[in-house]
Amino acid sequence: MKILIFAETDENGNFKKDALEIASYASQVSSENGGSLIALSFNASEPERLSNYGVQKTINAKNQELNNFDPEIYSNCISEIFKSENCDLLVLSSSSNSKYIGGILSVKIDAGYVTNVISKPTMGDRISVQRNTFTNKAFENVEIMKSKVILAISKNSYGLKENQINSEAIETNFNISESRNKVKSVEKTSNKVTIADADIVVSGGRGLKGPENWHLIENLADILGGATACSKPVSDLGWRPHSEHVGQTGKPVSSNLYIAIGISGAIQHLAGVNSSKVKVVINTDPEAPFFKAADYGIVGDAFEVVPRLIDKLKEFKSSNG
Amino acid sequence: MKILVCISHVPDTTSKINFTENNSKFDKSGVQFVINPNDEFGLTRAIWFKEKNNATIDVINVGLQDTESTLRKALAIGADRAVRINHDPKDGLSVAKHISDYIKLNSYDLIIAGRESIDYNGGMVPGMISAFTDINFIDKCIDLKISGNNVEASREIEGGKENISTHLPLIIGGQKGLVEESDLRIPNMRGIMMARKKELLVIDSDEDYFATHSKDFEKPQPKGEVTIVQADEVEKLIDLLHNEAKAL
Repeated sequence: MKILIFAETDENGNFKKDALEIASYASQVSSENGGSLIALSFNASEPERLSNYGVQKTINAKNQELNNFDPEIYSNCISEIFKSENCDLLVLSSSSNSKYIGGILSVKIDAGYVTNVISKPTMGDRISVQRNTFTNKAFENVEIMKSKVILAISKNSYGLKENQINSEAIETNFNISESRNKVKSVEKTSNKVTIADADIVVSGGRGLKGPENWHLIENLADILGGATACSKPVSDLGWRPHSEHVGQTGKPVSSNLYIAIGISGAIQHLAGVNSSKVKVVINTDPEAPFFKAADYGIVGDAFEVVPRLIDKLKEFKSSNG
Repeated sequence: MKILVCISHVPDTTSKINFTENNSKFDKSGVQFVINPNDEFGLTRAIWFKEKNNATIDVINVGLQDTESTLRKALAIGADRAVRINHDPKDGLSVAKHISDYIKLNSYDLIIAGRESIDYNGGMVPGMISAFTDINFIDKCIDLKISGNNVEASREIEGGKENISTHLPLIIGGQKGLVEESDLRIPNMRGIMMARKKELLVIDSDEDYFATHSKDFEKPQPKGEVTIVQADEVEKLIDLLHNEAKAL
């Protein structure tokens, strides 16, 4: 079995954590099933770094046009390499950009495409995998009916596993045609960690009483190096931007640690954050449904508990480096 | 301007998720079905184009007869005509290929599909339609302005947004931001009466397009009890997160 991963980089050309996770995943699949593993990256600054995660060959494209994401250009390049290298399996992350091109790629390479994958594939006559569905309320076992396969791995479902091997990095250059989309500008809401990239997410609900109190959420997120998020009512009220709304109709969160403050835990909210590994709730109401979904809880007033938590975390951080 | 809005018929967000037939099928009993929220934001944006730019709106679903109640709701809030491809789709590819076949026979300027359905969360249909029809595609679209053939759109990216200029024809992966929650329409009596008179075209299909087979479903294990920490002992929480949960 020949596996290709698309290893995404950030604006400085460094591999994203998602890229290292899918490399770890694909390397394990490859070694269990006797295959080879190739990575494709665009303008990576250190393409050889993937050898730490079991990638045998990294094809790093050097094209100015690939500095900014474009769905047509990216999907053309990835499918070209998939075909020319005679690959069987393409592994993608669950980043926004990978999700954007996954459906397009599946048609271009006539593959069976499965998203939100949380297991390694089981090989038989056909490949099967397990995925999250119904917004984390269930798992689905899916069998792929085509010979070519694309798996988009759910973030944080496999983790990083180092596996240093000898590998080669080669450079390539694509012939790139013009795209139908012209990017005019990019507006970043902040330079902080995004919900998609964060290991820790601190989220506030209506219990915070108003946008003027959000420094509590922001300060806690800052000290933890996490991202800020909010419940649906908070974004509907305009206290926080939509991009921070997590839940079934907002963003899914699969961080290592999710801290919910003043959020009661409506079923739609819980569904969206369910795949986070550890959940903490701070709420005045001991009957709040979030206490049934959380691992740790504090019954108390956010305006007292959060400042205390920030102080104690400062002490913890200074003694634990 | 001719608009096609793809409508997924999904369980309401408050639904209990259960399975039947040896855990191989979603149990629809007692479940309230709605227009997929990501599709509804797109449909509402389409209705604005109808009111301001004289657009016409068709809605389409690939499904069996039970999805017609959801298509009628789309007609009641302002779509002009509904199409149901009479087929029980097996996966996202099956939906996308049927819709693409229909688009190739009936040209549209703008095609809107939710970025993801809230039931199976495949998130693949709009991209697949784009590849099958060779129509340009903007995913996670949160702002859309059209004048003549020119399009100014914004898409959500991690940590911000990207402003794009392009032209019709175009496929949009819709979500909140195209319109706000408060802009969503509730069908009124007049709309419901009018919807009964609007055309709902049924097209039979026995084309078996699919790439995956859903074997069965499992429900997550019930969660253990929450560990409660006293409000004046937050250092204990830090200790548990550090030593027990290894999350700090």
